[in-house]
Amino acid sequence: MTRKQKRLGLIGLAGLVLGSAVGLVLYGLSSSVTYFQSPSDIVEQQLEVGQRIRLGGLVEDGTLDKSQGSVILFRVTDQAEAIPVSYKGILPDLFREGQGIIAEGHLNERGVFIADTVLAKHDESYMPKEVYESLKEDGHWMEKEQAASAERSSKVN
Amino acid sequence: MIIELGHYALILALVVAAVQSVFPVWGAVKSDHRLMGMAPGLAVIMFLLTCVAFAALTWAYLNSDFSLVNTYQNSHSNKPLVYKISGVWGNHEGSILLWVLILVLFGALVAVFSRNIPQRLRAATLGAQGWVSFAFLLFVIVVSNPFTRISPAPLQGLGLNPMLQDIGLAIHPPILYIGYVGFSIVFAFAAAALILGKLDAAWARWVRPWILVSWIFLTLGISMGSYWAYYELGWGGWWFWDPVENASFMPWLTGTALLHSAIVMERRDALKVWTVFLALLTFSLSLLGTFLVRSGVLTSVHAFAVDPARGLFILAILLIFVGGSLTLFAWRAPLLRQGGLFAPISREGSLVLNNLFLTTACAAVFVGTLYPLVLDALTGDKISVGAPFFNLTFGPIMVPVLVLMPFGQLLAWKRGDAWGVAQRLTSAFVVAMLATVGLIWFMGVSTTSIMTALGFGLAFWAIFGSLWEIIERSQLFKIGFGRSMARIKGFTPTVWSTVLGHAGLGITVLGIVTTMAFESERVEVMRPGETLEQNGYIVTYEKSWTQNGPNYQEMVSQYTLRKGGNVVGIMEPSKRAYNASGMPMSETSIATVGFSQVYFATGDSDENGGIVTRIYFKPLITLIWIGTVIMSLGGCIALFDRRLRVGAPVSARKRKGVAGGVATATPAE
Repeated sequence: MTRKQKRLGLIGLAGLVLGSAVGLVLYGLSSSVTYFQSPSDIVEQQLEVGQRIRLGGLVEDGTLDKSQGSVILFRVTDQAEAIPVSYKGILPDLFREGQGIIAEGHLNERGVFIADTVLAKHDESYMPKEVYESLKEDGHWMEKEQAASAERSSKVN
Repeated sequence: MIIELGHYALILALVVAAVQSVFPVWGAVKSDHRLMGMAPGLAVIMFLLTCVAFAALTWAYLNSDFSLVNTYQNSHSNKPLVYKISGVWGNHEGSILLWVLILVLFGALVAVFSRNIPQRLRAATLGAQGWVSFAFLLFVIVVSNPFTRISPAPLQGLGLNPMLQDIGLAIHPPILYIGYVGFSIVFAFAAAALILGKLDAAWARWVRPWILVSWIFLTLGISMGSYWAYYELGWGGWWFWDPVENASFMPWLTGTALLHSAIVMERRDALKVWTVFLALLTFSLSLLGTFLVRSGVLTSVHAFAVDPARGLFILAILLIFVGGSLTLFAWRAPLLRQGGLFAPISREGSLVLNNLFLTTACAAVFVGTLYPLVLDALTGDKISVGAPFFNLTFGPIMVPVLVLMPFGQLLAWKRGDAWGVAQRLTSAFVVAMLATVGLIWFMGVSTTSIMTALGFGLAFWAIFGSLWEIIERSQLFKIGFGRSMARIKGFTPTVWSTVLGHAGLGITVLGIVTTMAFESERVEVMRPGETLEQNGYIVTYEKSWTQNGPNYQEMVSQYTLRKGGNVVGIMEPSKRAYNASGMPMSETSIATVGFSQVYFATGDSDENGGIVTRIYFKPLITLIWIGTVIMSLGGCIALFDRRLRVGAPVSARKRKGVAGGVATATPAE
């Protein structure tokens, strides 16, 4: 083979590998990413049962129910709408009412969000970025109470 | 006073970095020996000054000097000593200072240990290292200064985040940073080669030890970080495909590619331009990682909290270095002489394939990591790209790497015989298949899916295919055992490093496949005396009590773990409340049984004395980390390759001078 043929072969092979990778990536992005949604989004969009999403918002005060043993029930709210959530497992250490959290999972037929992961960052004054922004957008951000704590969170590493 | 001294030393280091950025490079271009001669001294001085600054900050932590904003926010006087020391880098300012310390350490190491490389290359390299040092010293001083005072000084600090009060913090960041930042010197070597327009096989030989050192530490750092997150976060996960993890994984992928392409360049004088490009790319990805972690543009389970000014500053550094190095590359690379020729089926050919797949895999990780950012900026849609995406894209790209790895190892340089190699590997293939069948039988035939079986086969093929080189070279089973042993003793370090590196990867893959396919978890409310049974283990909840730690109170729950009638572990997971911050924190408890682990975490207790207990069963999970340690060991052995210590050609006149004991100022080139 001449140098030119070898180079063409190499370029062809690289193109093939990269092409397949691009295909995989595009397929992956269309099929296996999860969208972040607030309770209002879910109510507005009539989310399909079983579709995987990340639900973000505040844990509504007075809704945390741990009486069912290892299954924990609570509601996630963005101050406009609230979605009931069921989670089997151990909650993060800093999970408590009034705290911003992200739950990953899907809705069942009865409109209950079945979470398989619950994230509350390991920092007492932390608010997940998506939750903060979506609350702020909707104008439900409790400026006075939480601005101070957001300020603190940028300092306490 | 000590604090001011540290602060002052840091500013002096910045000035030294500015001098080092300009004069040695100018000297290298103009062949001015006096200017070039400045470089090593400057690099060492800069390192010493940064040491003073770092020592001053450490002093503030040890003495609980809360007149610094940094110590006030992150320390507490009754914290155990080890966390006072590791607390220095348990926060943004301190950890970036550690970053800089390691950066200038690498400059000093090159100044001290690379005496045998040509003076021009050394001066230009240290100059380029000076640019990086300057940028980051400026960053430390301007937007993340750890020496900022607070007045009046508080009497007590706020305490270190309990998550970080762990031995993992003492070890993981320094090791990871050595890997991450070590690639800066490789970057500097590449920039220097481009500036001087001279790139040959010897360059690869001089750079390879630095690539190896960085790669070894990056491998260990990632692996250790994974284990730390595994036992500390309490979710039983060992890899989350989290942006911060990907940030360190991307340079690892291109760094691994670089490690291989540098071998081709050193042996065959080929792939030169590509190798330089990879060197620039790897450090650019390190910088990108630093940006992602520090700027807070991505939500992560591991990141520090953030400040927009810092993000912008690092973004500026990132753009200048990536843009600058790519421009330099586009301008100078065409001037470099093309390298040697080789047939597609050859050792070189297989290493090209390795590079192709590794960089493609890196690109897939890159897209998955940055896509949410781009989409958010363009459409405002917030998405998360998680494990399903990466398993779908990264997994298939790595399959050919594992399949072809044993072939590459046995192919000859220049022109290989693929069919011959395949015949030689038949026995390895048979052994791998037997091992696969054995493991499937052990794990249970009915529970093993086809994909899992393929995964086992791939892992065992990588392990035995890599080890086959030993058997073949020693002609074990063909000549007598004693003679084979004699041959094994005569192996060069290269043979061992390749075998261990590749077999280690196979072992890691075996651990990953087994854990993913067979892990199971139980969440139950348990009352004292209750037992549960799973996977052949019997767990009994015994009792719980409260006790005081040095700076926390904890509730410990005790479980007995039995297997086959024998007690294999008394497990004591706990929930802590830290005195300084009042923050709660769960501590897990892990039993290692053979290569498998059983992982305990506790949740809340209910009114009836029951406690929520979460138990994960993780078969063969330790292989994941054992494999990475074996890989790193392979890297360490490669450092003993004698060829890496061959110096630059020295003129006869100089050699005579040295032999006669007369100091001589003749430059090496």
